[in-house]
Amino acid sequence: MAQGKYCNREKINTLEQLQSLLSDTNGKQYYKEMEDLDVDTELLANTIQKTLKQKSRIKTWLEICAHCGMCAESCFLYLANDNDPEQVPSYKIQSTLGEIVKKKGQVSTEFLIKCMDTAWSKCTCCNRCGQYCPLGIDMGIMFGYLRGLLFNQGFVPWEMKIGSGMHRIFRAQMDVTTEDWVDTCEWMADEYSEDWPGLEIPVDKENADILYTVNAREPKHYPEDLAEAAILFHIAGENWTVPSEGWEETSLAMFAGDWEACKLQVESVYDAMKRLNPKRMVVTECGHAYRATVIEGPYWAGLKSGQTPIPSFHYVEWVAEALRTGKLKIDPAKKIKEPVTYQDSCNYIRNAGLADCAREIMSYIAEDFREMTPNREHNFCCGGGGGFNGMGRYRKQRNAGLKVKRDQILATGCKLVISPCHNCWDAIRDLEEVYEIGIRWSFLKPLLIDMVIVPDHLKPQDEEDE
Amino acid sequence: MYEFVTGPLAWLSFMIFFIGVIVRIVLYIKGLDWQLDRVAYMEYKSYGFKGAVRSILYWLLPFGTRGWRYYPFFTTIFFVFHISLIATPVFLQAHNILLQERFGFSFITISECTADILTIALLAAAVFLVLRRIALPEVRILTTWYDYLVLAIAAAPFITGYFAAHEIGNYKFWLILHILSGELMLVAIPFTKLSHFALFFMSRAQLGMDYGIKRGGMKSKGMAW
Repeated sequence: MAQGKYCNREKINTLEQLQSLLSDTNGKQYYKEMEDLDVDTELLANTIQKTLKQKSRIKTWLEICAHCGMCAESCFLYLANDNDPEQVPSYKIQSTLGEIVKKKGQVSTEFLIKCMDTAWSKCTCCNRCGQYCPLGIDMGIMFGYLRGLLFNQGFVPWEMKIGSGMHRIFRAQMDVTTEDWVDTCEWMADEYSEDWPGLEIPVDKENADILYTVNAREPKHYPEDLAEAAILFHIAGENWTVPSEGWEETSLAMFAGDWEACKLQVESVYDAMKRLNPKRMVVTECGHAYRATVIEGPYWAGLKSGQTPIPSFHYVEWVAEALRTGKLKIDPAKKIKEPVTYQDSCNYIRNAGLADCAREIMSYIAEDFREMTPNREHNFCCGGGGGFNGMGRYRKQRNAGLKVKRDQILATGCKLVISPCHNCWDAIRDLEEVYEIGIRWSFLKPLLIDMVIVPDHLKPQDEEDE
Repeated sequence: MYEFVTGPLAWLSFMIFFIGVIVRIVLYIKGLDWQLDRVAYMEYKSYGFKGAVRSILYWLLPFGTRGWRYYPFFTTIFFVFHISLIATPVFLQAHNILLQERFGFSFITISECTADILTIALLAAAVFLVLRRIALPEVRILTTWYDYLVLAIAAAPFITGYFAAHEIGNYKFWLILHILSGELMLVAIPFTKLSHFALFFMSRAQLGMDYGIKRGGMKSKGMAW
């Protein structure tokens, strides 16, 4: 069976394989080879038989869909593409996974490329359609399943294959090694200790109250985010730590449909929990990281309880709690005065029920908080979820998809958008770049640092002398 | 002929219907897989139950969900269609007389006039459903011949029943056709898309459990459908 040098069914498990794939700029050769990549129809048929045909949920969904079209307008990509009927969620899944099942896996290379384009550029697995289907059919879940089938066949976007390979090799979505990570922690603690005497980023401290875990982009590209987290924990007087290994929460493997790598990734975090025995985990301001490690992860790891080994919290939960209990106090004079809106991330709001915490935070920090419409569990995907932000092949489609969020933000009249999720943050940054509507966007951490009252004993000595 | 369709054939079709529906429900439940579905069904039964009930009830209620409210016209047609589809045969006087004669029990009944109104409402709703499939691009793209067939199977007992009840044309002919089409529908339920008669409750309950247990139900009031 024909397999390419770059595009094949092999999983990326070594640094050499990863570097080789990375050397193929933008996956040019990769996608060319994909056109000749054979479909392993036997594998496909077996997988469907084993996981789908015998299991009731997805099989039933495909069978009983009443073709009523009520999911159409629930999909931001349908709306963003001028109500294109080919963007109706039900159509997208029936014409891809539906066909594969109907044909018992006997499909062509060309068809699987079409499936790949649909699975990664026409669905962000935001699960909004599932909320609007009278029969309780969740197309987002089915697209997750389809992505898994496609990944196994090698029909996966270049960046996604690299991303899952990163997790397999580095247990992080980027090539951040344990050494890099620990160095960054030390460097940041050092860098900021002049302004924040006593500031620490404790690594591998046992029995701490909080185990803090992050998104690899933070140590890699904006380490100040880590410093900001440390400062806020410092002000709040938390007994916290970061693990030297198992510090990465994200899962590009989940976006890629590489379930094996998903398991490896979350197990590294769960191992850290067991090793260091903290009371609870707090995850940085990232949506998919939280969903991957806290919501879906226990199932990949085979934990019957469906729960992480210790209780796990998203950053917004910690912030809401810290403000509620007075661990962090906001200086009323420094509250956000201008109109401000909040981006509800699908992954921790629709998929984890954290809409209320977000509102609670806004009640403490903003004087003129304005909701987008719709909001909370009914909010639209930012346009960058499910890996959409990171794939060059689908840049055009991603940019088109940003329109719904752009219009939602414009309708609030706000110029500032708070977005405690990396993917939403990126999507909003990019929509400003593409559509120039004159907005700013921010994570919670930098805003909070500007607003909190710093207890005197934590202030630098010379400031007190002034 | 009448004896045959109301005798052995009726027994057979009712048996296929009841057994078929039960088998579909059992297979659905047996086919749930906590790890593959990624929902800890057995660990949090009370959250699961709450989510399931919430998900079914809200969707059974006309305009009970955002989805229903978003499409008011379609929702009206949809509920008229389904309520008539179930209420008319169950509460029809003629059917209940048969039930009483054969099995010694009956349900409350509706007047013939009400039955007529419900029948006509159902047929009008069916026509709207067909027109909607043709008119709206987002529905047209999903529609196949199978959708029309299923709709025809559901509507046939009502057309034939109406003709028989009002003795339009040959009463005996319409009556037998009515019984046959009713039996066809019963038999079709377990084997076609009409299985949503039972699987609606299963699928809704499952998604409700998913939201109730995993996707925030334990950290919030639960999904606002």
